[in-house]
Amino acid sequence: MSDRPLIQLTLARLREFVREPEALFWAFVFPVVMSVVMAVAFPARGNSPVVIGIAAGAEAAGVRAALAAEPAITVRDVAPGSEQRALREGEVHLIVVPTMPPAYRFDPGRVESRTARLLVDDALKRGAGRTDPWTATEEPQQIPGSRYIDWLIPGLVGLGIMSTSMWGIGFSVAQSRMRKVLKLLVATPMRRRDYLGAQMLARLVFLAPEVAVPVAFGVYVLSMPMRGSVTALVIVSVIGALAFGALGLFVASRARTFEAISGLMNVSMLPMWLLSGVFFSAANFPATVQPVIQALPLTALNDALRAVVLEAVTLRGIQAELWTLMAWGIGSFAVALRIFRWR
Amino acid sequence: MSVAHALRCRDLRKQYGDVVAVDGLSLAVHRGECFGLLGPNGAGKTTTIEILEGLLPPDAGDVEVLGMSWRTNEPELRQRLGVQLQETQLPDKLTVEETVRLFRSFYHQGYAVDELLGMVELEAKRTSWVVKLSGGQKQRLALACALAGKPDVLFLDEPTSGLDPQSRRQLWDLVRRVRDSGGTVLLTTHYMEEAEILCDRVAIVDHGRVIALGTPHELIASLGTVKAVTRHGTLEDVFMGLTGRHLRDE
Repeated sequence: MSDRPLIQLTLARLREFVREPEALFWAFVFPVVMSVVMAVAFPARGNSPVVIGIAAGAEAAGVRAALAAEPAITVRDVAPGSEQRALREGEVHLIVVPTMPPAYRFDPGRVESRTARLLVDDALKRGAGRTDPWTATEEPQQIPGSRYIDWLIPGLVGLGIMSTSMWGIGFSVAQSRMRKVLKLLVATPMRRRDYLGAQMLARLVFLAPEVAVPVAFGVYVLSMPMRGSVTALVIVSVIGALAFGALGLFVASRARTFEAISGLMNVSMLPMWLLSGVFFSAANFPATVQPVIQALPLTALNDALRAVVLEAVTLRGIQAELWTLMAWGIGSFAVALRIFRWR
Repeated sequence: MSVAHALRCRDLRKQYGDVVAVDGLSLAVHRGECFGLLGPNGAGKTTTIEILEGLLPPDAGDVEVLGMSWRTNEPELRQRLGVQLQETQLPDKLTVEETVRLFRSFYHQGYAVDELLGMVELEAKRTSWVVKLSGGQKQRLALACALAGKPDVLFLDEPTSGLDPQSRRQLWDLVRRVRDSGGTVLLTTHYMEEAEILCDRVAIVDHGRVIALGTPHELIASLGTVKAVTRHGTLEDVFMGLTGRHLRDE
């Protein structure tokens, strides 16, 4: 075993980490749980049935029979007086009032309700004896990588890299400061950059499972495509982890209490949770704020991860994102080293 | 090196806001002696020792350690000093051996890890986590970390505060052994018996100044002229005689 200070400091950090079960949970189990929850909440597009409510009325039986012939439609009775609630909660997508001709009650602002209107209208008219001029041939396509979950997993990986890097470093540094370990260390000949460098190196060791577990779960359980090279994925992850590790050091460079470090961590990460395209595309935000969003490190990391995983883009194709991450990393480390509070 | 003094400082001043912690304090510690800063809590002992350790810059005054200055020789000085701080809590979930090995790695030369564990009598605890150690064992571990680089000068800030009498005596033995092997020790304490037993010379500090200086024997002997001593005098009596206050209960 080498007795170089950088290696000993890194080992110390790793030992503290693996001896802390909660930290392991957040790093490894949380991303998987998150992926499963998302897979359940957002099933593949087009498979969800259209739910139609039938109000009380003279033609109710006929309407029910006509709708039953359409396999994509599920029929549910709606008690009088609860129609508004059923529509609002999404229990039914559309309510048919069985008069002749019938009336449709639905919210045209909802995509599912507009789909339901087309299906119901078609089924009822066909049931009433309409003949179609022709029937098109349907050629269903399964395009891998086009589902929401495929888009989401790389974002969760990016989010995981950011959270574990920043919390992992921030809390450990703040705790060492509070327990006066930092003060004791600077009373020894230890070089300060070795301490900061060891914090970041230790992050890299745990990066492998942090990225590999959710990606493998996505590929093998949720059939997410992995189109780019594993090497590119590794390089993007390492650069991302170093950038966020350095940012974590910067955020933790002055904090002296857990309250302070928690507040600073949340203030710095929350905007990226929302803006950087983790759960929904960053393109939803207006053009005027796009320059800011594109400059955020998590946006760069997520864009790079998705480009590699879903579009097989090479490192050359994502060099802008990689430069953004490196600029954040180098800038944060340099400032942290200057303003770091050691006592 | 032929410098007679291990430590020397002149007219040190340090102020925190309105509070003057150190107020024109001067000291000279010889090589190879165990020197004690004795005084009540808040007397400025910790501030003084941290200035001498190069952890705090003084507002005014000069510091010379092993004939060198913190400004120009910090990396070299750090290699030759050992420091134990009053409030450090070493990481809970590292083992004794891992902790010592970590601190040893910072020094170019020094004791082997096994030697250090033997010196502080923690071989049996080498694989225990720090969090499982008793107060006395933690203090001995902190001492092992401070001794890792075979220091020329060892700084101990309240090394036995909060320890039971047996652990205290065990630590005294260790400090005495360091001194006997030629090392210089500077320690702070508010236990007069600790200063009496351990220190070659003692400076009594109050309100950031040295109010008395000498061997424990000289200081106690000086009592004879201050007041009639009916029983065996102690440094507590010296402090009382000088300030009219008790050392321990402020």
